[in-house]
Amino acid sequence: MKVLAAMSGGVDSAVAAARAVEAGHEVVGVHLALSRMPGTLRTGSRGCCTIEDSMDAQRAANILGIPYYVWDFSERFKLDVVDDFIAEYQAGRTPNPCMRCNERIKFAALLEKALALGFDAVCTGHYASLVDGPEGLELHRSAAMAKDQSYVLGVLTEEQLKHSMFPLGAMASKALVRAEAEQRGLAVAQKPDSYDICFIPEGDTQDWIADKLGKEVGAIVDRSGNVLGAHEGAHGFTVGQRKGLNIGRPAADGKPRYVLEIRPKTNTVVVGPQEALAIAELGGSRYTWCGAAPAEPSEWFEAHVQVRAHGEAVPCKAAVQDGELVMKLQEPLIGVSPGQTAVLYVGTRVLGQTTIDRTVSALAEVEA
Amino acid sequence: MVRLKTMVVYLDHAATSPIRPEVLQRYTDYLTVLGNPSSVHTAGQTSRKALEEAREEIARAIDCNRNEIIFTAGGTEADNLAIKGLFWAQNRKDARRKVVLSAYTEHHAVIDPIEWLEREQGAEAIWIPVDEFGVVNLAWLEKFLAERADEVALISLMWANNETGVITPISKVTEIAKRFDIPVHSDAVAALGHIPLSFADSGLAAMAITAHKVGGPVGVGALVVARSIKLTSLVHGGGQERAMRSGTMNAAGAKAFSLAVTLAVANLEQHSLHTSKLRDQVIRGVMQLVPDARFSRGEAPGLPDNAHFTFPGCSGDSLLFLLDQAGVCVSNGSACQAGVTAASHVLLTMGRDEAEASGCLRITLGASNTAEDVQKFLDALPAAHAGARRAGYTTS
Repeated sequence: MKVLAAMSGGVDSAVAAARAVEAGHEVVGVHLALSRMPGTLRTGSRGCCTIEDSMDAQRAANILGIPYYVWDFSERFKLDVVDDFIAEYQAGRTPNPCMRCNERIKFAALLEKALALGFDAVCTGHYASLVDGPEGLELHRSAAMAKDQSYVLGVLTEEQLKHSMFPLGAMASKALVRAEAEQRGLAVAQKPDSYDICFIPEGDTQDWIADKLGKEVGAIVDRSGNVLGAHEGAHGFTVGQRKGLNIGRPAADGKPRYVLEIRPKTNTVVVGPQEALAIAELGGSRYTWCGAAPAEPSEWFEAHVQVRAHGEAVPCKAAVQDGELVMKLQEPLIGVSPGQTAVLYVGTRVLGQTTIDRTVSALAEVEA
Repeated sequence: MVRLKTMVVYLDHAATSPIRPEVLQRYTDYLTVLGNPSSVHTAGQTSRKALEEAREEIARAIDCNRNEIIFTAGGTEADNLAIKGLFWAQNRKDARRKVVLSAYTEHHAVIDPIEWLEREQGAEAIWIPVDEFGVVNLAWLEKFLAERADEVALISLMWANNETGVITPISKVTEIAKRFDIPVHSDAVAALGHIPLSFADSGLAAMAITAHKVGGPVGVGALVVARSIKLTSLVHGGGQERAMRSGTMNAAGAKAFSLAVTLAVANLEQHSLHTSKLRDQVIRGVMQLVPDARFSRGEAPGLPDNAHFTFPGCSGDSLLFLLDQAGVCVSNGSACQAGVTAASHVLLTMGRDEAEASGCLRITLGASNTAEDVQKFLDALPAAHAGARRAGYTTS
């Protein structure tokens, strides 16, 4: 197969590319330029998006003996990921930009371009496994549970899975990947992992968002609407947040208060006790199936749902009801916010995902 | 020896050109000559002799006085020295002279120093308009000078454009500038060896040239500075090169440079005949295979070795990738540090939109190219173009 290896400059994508070469594929390394002015986006190396990372990717490609190119997706990235990120915050939601990038850039814009230019597949260093199932290709959790990235790939459709390769899915740990990189003479073997958001300097999301959206004083209220304090912009908060509320008065019960809800239209932040954060039901209309869809999606079925990249999955019953994927949780989840992605698992298999539009509190009297 | 892995057709001579065998021989011979040209002893004098022979040889080839040649590490350094050096010298003489006139179709080695002067040194950059083919509007320049000449520190206009190959009528520029007593610098890197060029006749105050575009090694170039012109130095140290460019002088590089320039100039007529024939074959072939391709400089006078096109609906990086995969090395004409193929600032300045400015290809021919090379490119083009068109213009 003719394989495009997306190379970020990090160790994972370099080893993934090496494995694709070793498997006998005709591999070409491509680094995605996600900013027009990489030097000004961030200085130094942080895993992707800098000149240093592009050079690291090139060195890895040289060592593997494969051709290497840089493709510019900066405009698409700005529109589909950065602007989307800001708009989601503005709407009071908490987006996952890496997921958007997978959905709109790596497995959409890049994959489409790759197919048009004669490639058969795109190979990445994600920790996830592709399995040939009875009804077609299935996406599963990786062998290395601690590194599992199947969550951020939950947006992939059957067609996208057919053109994807994740050679690190069977690796038992990141340490083994580093050891393999070392053995292959890849200079990025000990390069630190990147955890923060690539387009936000210094990793300070709140500051960055405040800079983009400006400051506007609004009220912090409790669930009954009593004003407890003020803030400088509702977009600076996320559901479940405890620190940084700066409410002088303690709660009547003396317990700490958490952000329960963000109301962007009125620039209001609703706070309350931790137990009010417990969510019993999730719903989202923008859902996709990862591989074959369930035969009867409107019938309730047993699954697990995960709402964060490295969060735990909790058991649930799920079904499509009136055009919405509904998940009734068997154990409450704490601090789930609209805008987050809920990924459904059956065992280790990723069944599908939805962006959460609606949450229902586990406290019967409060509905968010 | 390190060689390209597979046999490729190289049609990117404006990026860098193959070193001529006789230049390589002379270069390696002189690399073994011991002596710092500034040393007083016999070894130093031997090196100095080589350096000064090189200076004279270049002076003969480009028709200037030997004392007017300041060796540098290449074209970019020469442009920086000319622009910053002239600005500072002029500005010191007369503090009102803050305007630097140039065109935004110039190489980044010219644009970026000017923008730096504007940002850091109080200069005012004024970009002379160009038409849709990249030709500089000299009537505009004349009118501007008639109004504000006493504010102008210098004019910088390239002899030929490195992307589109369009030629600037330098003697007309200097004729206008002379009336207002404004010094003119010209980046002649792309023009050298392709069109006749005489510094003495040009009326220029300064001119930048480099070795590696004419069959010499990378890492040596020169700024030719008229003797009447004062420049402020960028690099301070031992005072070499008339105190305009300190640092140990590169005798071997200069010897290689001088031979490369001499050969390029001596063979110019034959060379331009050869490359222009191939260029016309490229233009005919491209227009036949891709009728909606656009030849960037139109009917404007241009370099014999350069054919630059835009391909509607294609992204330059797709074209480049597919042609490279087919064994043909061409260029988009501009590349940033990270290797990103960005929209060409030259085409944007010529009034093309971002999409069109991103879908360009530059083919530049050299002595070793043959009609078969061009045919290989033309054979690879239809599939590359179809693929690039399928992939579309993806950057926005």
